[in-house]
Amino acid sequence: MADTEKNIKPSRQELRYEAHRQSQEYDKINTHGMVLVLREGTQNVETMKKAQKTGRFVSLFLIYLFLGFMALIILFPFYWMIITSLKSSTEIRANQQTLWPNAVLWGNYITVFRYFDFVTYLRNTLIVGIISTIGTLITTILAAFAFARLEFKGRNAFFVLLLSTMMIPGEMMVITNYITVASFGWLGNAVGVFTAMIVPFWISVFYIYLLRQNFKQIPNELYLAAKVDGKSDWSYLWKVMVPLSEPTIISIFILKLMGAWNSYIWPNLVADKPEWRLITNGLRSSFTLSNGDPQYGQQMAATVLVTVPLLLLFIFFRKYIMKGVGRAGIKG
Amino acid sequence: MIKKNNWKAWIYLSPVIILMAVFIFYPLFSTIGIAFLKDYNYLTQTSKGFTWENFGMVLGLVGKDAEGNSIWGFGQSIVNGVGVSYNTYVIRYAIPNTLIIVFVTVPISTVIALLISVGLNSIPWLKKSLQVIFFVPYVTNAIAVGMVFAVLFDYQGIINFVLNDMGHPWIDQGASQTRAMFALCVYIIWQALPFKILIFLSGLAGIDKQYYDAAKIDAASRWNTLTKITVPLLSPQILYVLITSFIGAFKEYTSVVGLIGGPGTSPGSKNMYTVVYYIYDTIGNNQVQYGAAAAVLLFIVILLFTAAQFWISKKRVYY
Repeated sequence: MADTEKNIKPSRQELRYEAHRQSQEYDKINTHGMVLVLREGTQNVETMKKAQKTGRFVSLFLIYLFLGFMALIILFPFYWMIITSLKSSTEIRANQQTLWPNAVLWGNYITVFRYFDFVTYLRNTLIVGIISTIGTLITTILAAFAFARLEFKGRNAFFVLLLSTMMIPGEMMVITNYITVASFGWLGNAVGVFTAMIVPFWISVFYIYLLRQNFKQIPNELYLAAKVDGKSDWSYLWKVMVPLSEPTIISIFILKLMGAWNSYIWPNLVADKPEWRLITNGLRSSFTLSNGDPQYGQQMAATVLVTVPLLLLFIFFRKYIMKGVGRAGIKG
Repeated sequence: MIKKNNWKAWIYLSPVIILMAVFIFYPLFSTIGIAFLKDYNYLTQTSKGFTWENFGMVLGLVGKDAEGNSIWGFGQSIVNGVGVSYNTYVIRYAIPNTLIIVFVTVPISTVIALLISVGLNSIPWLKKSLQVIFFVPYVTNAIAVGMVFAVLFDYQGIINFVLNDMGHPWIDQGASQTRAMFALCVYIIWQALPFKILIFLSGLAGIDKQYYDAAKIDAASRWNTLTKITVPLLSPQILYVLITSFIGAFKEYTSVVGLIGGPGTSPGSKNMYTVVYYIYDTIGNNQVQYGAAAAVLLFIVILLFTAAQFWISKKRVYY
C-alpha cells in the first residue's frame, strides 16, 4: 500500500492489479469476511478520513487563531488605557513605547480627583440617568400595556406610526427641541437645564416595542381570570404583567441608564455651565493644555473612571444587557 | 369577549402621545419649516420669508457677498464665502467624509462581524467567554474610548511605534485628512462590531442544524457551507444590521468628537466634519436654517437608503 501511494498516477492496469493483489491479501487475513476498498485516485477511505480529520483540526486551529487575534484587538485599547493612566507624561510620549509602565504612577488618579470634578459629574449623571429611566419605564409600561392588551380604534395604525418614527434621525428633532426648551425657559438655570436633560428622554419607541412583545406573550387566560376575580386593568398591569416581564424591564432599566451615562450631544447643547455637565461632557473637555496638547496620563485616568462603572454594570447584568440588545435582531 | 375600551387606552397612551407631540412630531415639521426660512434667527424667531437658498447653501450652490446678498451658482459659496465660510465645509468635507464613513466602515465591519460570528458558532471551547469579550466595546462610552484611540494613534503612540514611524501624525496637528480618516474608520469599525456580532449570533442560533448535517453528508467545504447555507439563512439579520449601521454611519458624530476632539486635525480646520457635526455647529452659530436644511437632506437620504435596501431585500432575503 505504501509504495502505491508514492505513485502519483497509477495506470488503470496497475490499479486493477493492485486491487486484485490487495483483495487477495485481505482474503488471506480475513478469510470469513469481505472487505470493500473504495478508491479515488490514490486515496482510499482510510487516508481520506485521516486527511479530513487533520483538515478539520487545521481549520479549527485557524478559527481559534483568528478569533484570538480579533479578541486581542478588541481588548488592547482597554489594556492601553489602564497602563497609560499609570505612566508619566514623558514615558507616554517616549520614543521607546513600553508595554508596562517603568514605574507605576498613581499620581494621575490623584490629579484627576483634584481637577476633574468627578463627584459633581457623577452626581449629575446619576440624577439625570435615574429620573429619566424611571420616567421612561412608566410611559413605556403604560403604552406597551395599551398596545398589547387593550382593544381600541386605530391601535395598529398608531403603533405603525410610532415605529416609523424610529427611522427619523434625531438630528431632525434636536434643532427644534433646542428652540423649544429655550422658549420654555429651561436654559440658563439649574432646574431648567436638568428638566431639559430629562423630560425629552421620557419616551423610547424601541422599548415600547420590546415590552409590548413581552406583554403579548403573557397568556390571555390570565387576563380573563383576573377579570373574573374583579381585578381592574390597572391592578392587573402592575400585579401580574409587570412582575412577569421583570427581565425585560431590568434590561430596559440598565440600557437606559447606560444611555444617560454615555449621552453627549444633547447635554453638551443645554448644559451651559461646567457644574451642570454630565460625565461624558466633562471628560472630553478636561486635561488639555492651553496649546491643545492633551495630558494623556490624566486623561486616561479619567477615562478609566468613566469606563469602569460601565464594565461593572456589564459584568453584573451581562445577561440582561445582551438579551435586551439581542432582541432587536430576532424579528429581522 | 373583550370589550373595546377606547377612552381607557388613550389614557394609558396619553404620556407617550403628549411627549411625542412636543418632542418628536412638532420638531419634525418645525425643522422642515425652518429649512425653508430665509435668514432665520431662532433667538428672535424672525425670518425674511420663504427660500430655497438654505439647501443651496448646504450643497455649495449658493454664496453670500459682502453685503449678505445671496448668489446662486456652483462653487459660489466657496469663492464668495465671506462671513459664512464654514458653510463651504459641508460640500468640501462633511459630505465626502460622511460618505467615506458609510461606504468603508459598514461593509468592512459587517464582513468581520460575520466571520467572527460564524467562527464563534463553530468552535467547541471558549465560545461563551469569547462571546463576552467581543461584546465589551458595546458597553463603553464612545467619547472615552475615542480618547483611548487618540492615545493609540498619537504621533508618538504605540501604532507609530509598531510601524516604526514615530512622529508622523495620524490625528494630531498637521495630520493629513486621509490619515485622520483612516484612524477614524478603524475606530468606528472597532466600535461597530459587538452589536453586529450579537445580532448575527442570535440569527445563527436560530438556523436549523439539519442544513449543516446535510452539508456534511455532501462533504461541502467550509466556504461553500458559509456562502450557500449560512449567509442566505442569515439574510434577515444581515439586512437588519446593514440598514441600522448605514443609518448609524450617516449620523456619525461622537466618534469624531471622541477621537479628534474637534472638527479638524489642526486649529481652525474643519477637515474632519461630518454632516451631523455641521448640523450641531449651526446651532451654536445661530444659523439653524442651514442645519435644518442639512437635516432634511439627511433624512431624505436615509429614507431612500432604507427603501432601496428593502427593495433589494425582496429578492435577496430568504425568510
